[in-house]
Amino acid sequence: MTAPRTLLDKLWSAHEILRRADGTSLLWVDRHLVHEGSHHAFAKLAERGSAVAEPGLTFAVADHYAPTRARGLAQLPQIARMISTLRDNAARHGLRLFDLDDAEQGIVHVIGPELGLTVPGLLITCGDSHTSTHGALGTLAFGIGATEVAHVLATQTIWQTKPAAMRITIEGALGPGVSAKDIALNWIARLGTGGARGHAVEYSGSAVRALSMEARMTLCNLSIEGGARFGMIAPDEVTLAYVEGRPFAPAGADLERARDAWAELRSDADAAFDREVALDAAEIAPTATWGTSPDQAVPVTGTIPDPDMLPADKAETARAALDYMGLRAGQPIAGTRVDQVFIGSCTNGRIEDLRAAASVLAGRRATVPGMVSPGSAQVKAQAEREGLDRVFVQAGLDWVASGCSMCVGMNGDVVASGQRCASSTNRNFRGRQGPGARTHLMSPAMVAAAAVAGEITDVRPFLAGRAA
Amino acid sequence: MPGWSEHVGTAVALPRDNIDTDQLIPARFMSTPRAQGYGNFLLHDLRRDAHDALDETFPLNTCPDASILVAGRNFGSGSSREAAVYALLDAGFRVVIAPSFGDIFAANAVNNGLLPAQVTPEVAADLAELLASGPREMTVTLESREILCGATRVSFDVKDGWRTKLINGWDDIDLTLDHAARIAAFRDDRRSAAPWAWPRRPGAQYAR
Ligand code: SF4
Repeated sequence: MTAPRTLLDKLWSAHEILRRADGTSLLWVDRHLVHEGSHHAFAKLAERGSAVAEPGLTFAVADHYAPTRARGLAQLPQIARMISTLRDNAARHGLRLFDLDDAEQGIVHVIGPELGLTVPGLLITCGDSHTSTHGALGTLAFGIGATEVAHVLATQTIWQTKPAAMRITIEGALGPGVSAKDIALNWIARLGTGGARGHAVEYSGSAVRALSMEARMTLCNLSIEGGARFGMIAPDEVTLAYVEGRPFAPAGADLERARDAWAELRSDADAAFDREVALDAAEIAPTATWGTSPDQAVPVTGTIPDPDMLPADKAETARAALDYMGLRAGQPIAGTRVDQVFIGSCTNGRIEDLRAAASVLAGRRATVPGMVSPGSAQVKAQAEREGLDRVFVQAGLDWVASGCSMCVGMNGDVVASGQRCASSTNRNFRGRQGPGARTHLMSPAMVAAAAVAGEITDVRPFLAGRAA
Repeated sequence: MPGWSEHVGTAVALPRDNIDTDQLIPARFMSTPRAQGYGNFLLHDLRRDAHDALDETFPLNTCPDASILVAGRNFGSGSSREAAVYALLDAGFRVVIAPSFGDIFAANAVNNGLLPAQVTPEVAADLAELLASGPREMTVTLESREILCGATRVSFDVKDGWRTKLINGWDDIDLTLDHAARIAAFRDDRRSAAPWAWPRRPGAQYAR
């Protein structure tokens, strides 16, 4: 009899090459994803004169600095340098590069699953903290720093201490207009941005099973905002249906063997978790952030908290956040005027996100400017086949190319100082969308509603009589 | 990277919670090659006003030779950007003392010889209090996991593996290559037991 094991235990032991006396494991990496920001790691590799150990398991993509207005680089010397450095490194080491003009280009965490580079049972690393996204398919996926990226490039392995196991169980049905983004903002608001630090979060429960594959990616993506480096969901029929037929995913006899292996990828019935948290889906409302960290979030029907009423350890941070955001305590969050909107990012830039936003915007006009950047070139093409681009353009929003864009502003898509942006991204940190930018995180449908109203508003009345 | 076991330096307090890596180094500076130095980017938008002038009252600006930072909860949360560590190092810091750290930040710090010294919230508050009237000298000892400031002696926490690595200044790649044979055997076993774990459409061959 073996002891009951968690999904984390199973994935961990399947990749553990050895464990040192101090408890650190050396893990095998099945997929390593690199982007322009990985330049420090390639520089370290060059310093050592090392080669990439497994070019066939390493994939490169231009996303963080990808221009979204026009792909030409002539006017953008700094961005051109980042992209050409990536091209040089990919060419030198023989890596498959998804370049700006590639039909399969996109944000690294969008294209991994989309191309079938991400399949259940893998260990995936990338120099980006939202690598937890890939855990939605039942993988062990985590963000790493530049020194670690260099290590994976040189050895195809990584040293890690096994995190504690935490399970967030969400039972019940989500109400109309409520999405995976709202689930995530809710648990993070409840537990705090450091709430899951040192833990790998497994999401389970009927509400999670009912989520589409893309919604599961949104949920796992945001794990890091609650402090967890890993988020994961056991693969099921939804996962299998998603994976099959994707260009890099297994087929034929390999797929048969994979199915058997993947069937084991679930926490055993009586496996023990170091921490358990339960949420009731029915209690979750569309949510928006008011502050400068993702846990400073309230239901759209709620009010901006008064720091004087908060516990001492939160009051100071809340005061500073309100000051930066230019907001007053005790005001309803709904009715907060916004200057612009953004829909995109690895959190909410997939086709279902664009459909959700378009279902709100169809036949309506945005009263503030905004930008829609699909998560990949394939998402862009699909949206155009469905006519979603016309909905956005007719509403008055800009329809641009795919990339990280205004999620991080590295490509020059920034929010001006003091401007307020309703955004489908993942971080409302000070200056994240540009120096002095004020970011309110919410779901794509909520962003669409804010675009029409010109202020933060409950999306639900906008959905009356429409397919959500 | 050279190892170290004791650091004596000037400590300065920045007793704020949630100093995320976007604040430690705003994204717009991250395309700079490391050789140019990242020190000036550290906490750039907090240290400077809209016209790029240094804010004289900001704690770090009052003490340019500080090498120990006492901070609040959840230091270095957010983005995995190792540039946040480069900015601290290039500005002269060797130790950050805080009640908690972002996981990826802490690993990045250790990989570059910067100690993330974890203390209880009470100890962090006491140390910040000691520094309230200005920077002071502190001694941080890895072996005993102790911080000494005047007559105050407190302990901090750091994982065993990380402490060993900081003391020895180990480069992980060298350590790992000692296990090359086991890695190769693991790879071959996985390849035959889980062929589905390799991409169906080959990657590297498609490189252009
Ligand atoms: S969209 Fe934002 S969070 Fe996602 S990979 Fe790009 S920069 Fe990182």
